[in-house]
Amino acid sequence: MSLLSNTAVLLGKELRTEFRSRELLTTTIVFILIVIVLFSFTFDPTSDESRRLAPGLLWLAFLFASSLMLQPCFLREQHNDTLSALRLSVSDPFAIFLAKLAANTLFLLLTELLLLPLFAVMYNVPVMQVLHWLVLVFFLASLGISIAGTALSAISAQARMRELLLPLLMLPLLTPILVASTEVTKALFDRAPYVQWKGIGFLAVFDVVFLTALWLFGEYLLEE
Amino acid sequence: MKPPAFFRVGLRFENIDKRYGALLALRKVSLGIAPGECVVFAGRNGSGKTTLLRVAARLVRPSRGALSFPGESRDGQPNAVRPGFVAHATMVYDELTAEENLLLFARLQEVAKPENRVEALLWEVGLSERRGSLVRTFSRGMRQRVAIARALLHEPAILLFDEPATGLDPQGVTWLAGAIRQLRDSGRTILMSLHGESEISSLGTRAIRLDAGSVVADTRTGATFRSILTFADA
Repeated sequence: MSLLSNTAVLLGKELRTEFRSRELLTTTIVFILIVIVLFSFTFDPTSDESRRLAPGLLWLAFLFASSLMLQPCFLREQHNDTLSALRLSVSDPFAIFLAKLAANTLFLLLTELLLLPLFAVMYNVPVMQVLHWLVLVFFLASLGISIAGTALSAISAQARMRELLLPLLMLPLLTPILVASTEVTKALFDRAPYVQWKGIGFLAVFDVVFLTALWLFGEYLLEE
Repeated sequence: MKPPAFFRVGLRFENIDKRYGALLALRKVSLGIAPGECVVFAGRNGSGKTTLLRVAARLVRPSRGALSFPGESRDGQPNAVRPGFVAHATMVYDELTAEENLLLFARLQEVAKPENRVEALLWEVGLSERRGSLVRTFSRGMRQRVAIARALLHEPAILLFDEPATGLDPQGVTWLAGAIRQLRDSGRTILMSLHGESEISSLGTRAIRLDAGSVVADTRTGATFRSILTFADA
């Protein structure tokens, strides 16, 4: 019970501070917006070409945007040494990770869903008939990105070249998520859309494995 | 400040080493601190004061040795051996108000009736009227008051102060000394790291000098007590 109540309290704090400052959401939305608009000029978005290229482009934009979002996750806990205050207060340090990854997943999912209509219009991709499947892929992939990214953010925040270290660690680790979610999205954007269960299964397994690893070893990532 | 309701807890450091890579920050530190003692740690920068206090707070795991909390604590009261920690970093969120900060940490520590406890503490540290202001708008002295209120939320038996007067003006130091005096007189065990002699160091009942991670002097008597504090900065 302590774990859940501590997580709920910390998640409330994460949401309150973000919706008060809107730093992460603004940065991420602007970044993805620029990528989507810029690439829409570089090729003729006929339906076939879009179906082929757009899924990779979409997930690449989400992945890079997530590295911007995850960077300050633990970095801002160092400003006033609030991480120490959290560690002194919670009964299970996993609550700190759980709250942060839940907040990151929510922010990432919100950003993706906000930008999906714009993407659909600019790249001439019909999304309405597969929207529920897209939401599932967005959720599973965002959760995976947030779990791994939150853990890596805790590691990189204690390093000297912290701003460089997170993308360096995160991008190779998240390549499997990028490949799987691109494949699933490509299948959903097909002329005859279908659900690629293999990819969805892979995303779910990735999430479970990394969440379990974080639960087992997360405490050590917070130690000085 | 309200006297603690339930406990008398001390600390025992047994043969503690702490290594950061090649640097040995603490070397075979063995100390027994009785319940209710007010101990001042003195020493040059890098002598191991902060590391020792962070070991006591269980924020840093010793590379070798053990830490224990001997004394009486009420059954089923886990907060009794969860020390309150005040450092020169305030350990509160600038983007939250004083009240939001205290409520956050009170709820995390599962303090009973958190709203009442926060209200009482805000009044005790003189911030009732600024409860709704963001901490980033506070002066250094006001931030330190929030930090002390945060450390006292769960009525800890042990309080750790790591150079708490850093950056405070003389008025702030006087207020802090008064607050620590009240806490000491309420029977809490207090460990503080300080630089040199000050209004705050005079509250100590025992002085310990650290040098290169080792305890080099330890006294409870007047003249030696003073020499430990002054020699530390000589």
